[in-house]
Amino acid sequence: MKIAIDAFTIVAILAGLFFFVAGTVGLLRFPDTLTRLHALTKADNLGLGLVVLGLLPQTDSVFAGLKLILVWLLVLLASAAVSQLIARTARQPEARP
Amino acid sequence: MTATTLFGLCAAALVGLGLYGLIVNPQPLRKILSFNLMGNGIFLVAAVIARRGAAAGMGGDPVPQALLITAIVVAFAASALAVALMLRLFEETGACSLSTKSDPASAPAPAEGGEA
Amino acid sequence: MSTTTHIGLVLLLLGLALWITVARNSFAAVAGFIAYGLLLTLAWLALSAIDVALTEAAIGAGLTGALLIGAASRLRDVEASAWAERPGATTRALAALISTVAAAGVAVCILKLPDPGPTLAPEAARHLAATGVGNPITAVLMSFRAMDTLLEATVLLIGLIGVWSLAPDRVWGGRPGLTPKTDPNGALAYLARVLPPIGIVIGIYIFWVGADHPGGKFQGSTVLAAMGLLVMMSGLRDVPAVRSRWLRAALIAGPATFIAVGAAGAFTSGAFLAYPEDFAKPFIVVIEAALLPSLAVTLVLLLSGPPRRPEPFP
Repeated sequence: MKIAIDAFTIVAILAGLFFFVAGTVGLLRFPDTLTRLHALTKADNLGLGLVVLGLLPQTDSVFAGLKLILVWLLVLLASAAVSQLIARTARQPEARP
Repeated sequence: MTATTLFGLCAAALVGLGLYGLIVNPQPLRKILSFNLMGNGIFLVAAVIARRGAAAGMGGDPVPQALLITAIVVAFAASALAVALMLRLFEETGACSLSTKSDPASAPAPAEGGEA
Repeated sequence: MSTTTHIGLVLLLLGLALWITVARNSFAAVAGFIAYGLLLTLAWLALSAIDVALTEAAIGAGLTGALLIGAASRLRDVEASAWAERPGATTRALAALISTVAAAGVAVCILKLPDPGPTLAPEAARHLAATGVGNPITAVLMSFRAMDTLLEATVLLIGLIGVWSLAPDRVWGGRPGLTPKTDPNGALAYLARVLPPIGIVIGIYIFWVGADHPGGKFQGSTVLAAMGLLVMMSGLRDVPAVRSRWLRAALIAGPATFIAVGAAGAFTSGAFLAYPEDFAKPFIVVIEAALLPSLAVTLVLLLSGPPRRPEPFP
């Protein structure tokens, strides 16, 4: 049983890492701000979500697992709002503060 | 090489890099960044000393760790004061530079860089 | 953590530090500094300093990063001219020499540290029960070395007065920062409405749980300060004027309570900041509860800078 849980953790975290790498490659290689933001959302949503999913069976209490999910939800909220702001500023360079 | 020696040598490298950046970079903002780098190197040395004092069931000696928390907060306050000074210099002179060549003759400024 | 993780972490830290030192664009250097601060959090975790890791993530990476981003964005236009003042090759070679000597000195000190290292952990563990808190770091901060914490709170206040003193005379007593451009339906205003309730709960939780687990008032007050800054940056509330009385009262309430409890200790228990036997925890809770909002307001104001808009007398 423990082996199955550890295998699930490793597979999920590797999958999450793949999305993180994909997001980073996109950040470095895409031509402009809007496409780079698009690549970064993959890292935030899927990458972090899969890492959190993989870590959930390793926690000792339900409360710790809920805290991990709360972290993921907060990152989603913050990155969504910040992506909106960056995209809006990128579209109107003359309105930059 | 144990973790403490590794991080200790990393701290030494950070102190060296911070000092180099402090002396070489002409902009005050970069000097503040390098000063923070040096400060973080010293904090790492303190954390290494705390880790080597692990005993009585604790992961590290709590006294240096508590002093580290104080140090990080005070370093932020010092950085805030330094940034405020730098922005005031920018507002007054229109350029963010510590050089004396372009100063008006009526108000010569000191030529030293770094933190207050 | 295993040794390979440690080596990877150290290489990343040194790589980022090198980037911060040599990057041309100051904004890129500040972005590198924020990433460096977050990696430093992992370094503290590797050295089993969990409270320090929390403080570094909150203040070292978060607040200092926000401060430096604000400064870098205001200095964006004068970048190129300042870069032209770089010192010549001789100065740079001498600086490299001095830096190598300094780094070698620190490295020699690290390698010559006594083995086994001297430690105060057994002493702290022995007297931990008398303080009533379970987290040894909170016990050190609030009981064994309470004087240092009091002086730290005072230093923050003095730093804030130093920042305020940089205001031009005509705006003294006014509001820090520029008039915010408010967009009540924008993404930032939405975030500033949704996140602060969650942030306040998290901040108070981190503060409360610091009595027995890693946490404490510095980390908690930073989260509260971040929520306050978010509300001000989005324009939902304006930055308070430096002249306002309630602001100044909020700033000194924490250190004043600390000094009052210390003086009471001088009368009842024989020394400044001494707590009565077996009754220490209520005093510690009172001091921390008073310091939490004061610290949050101090951090918000340190980040906002000196007053820049005049505030007319009512």
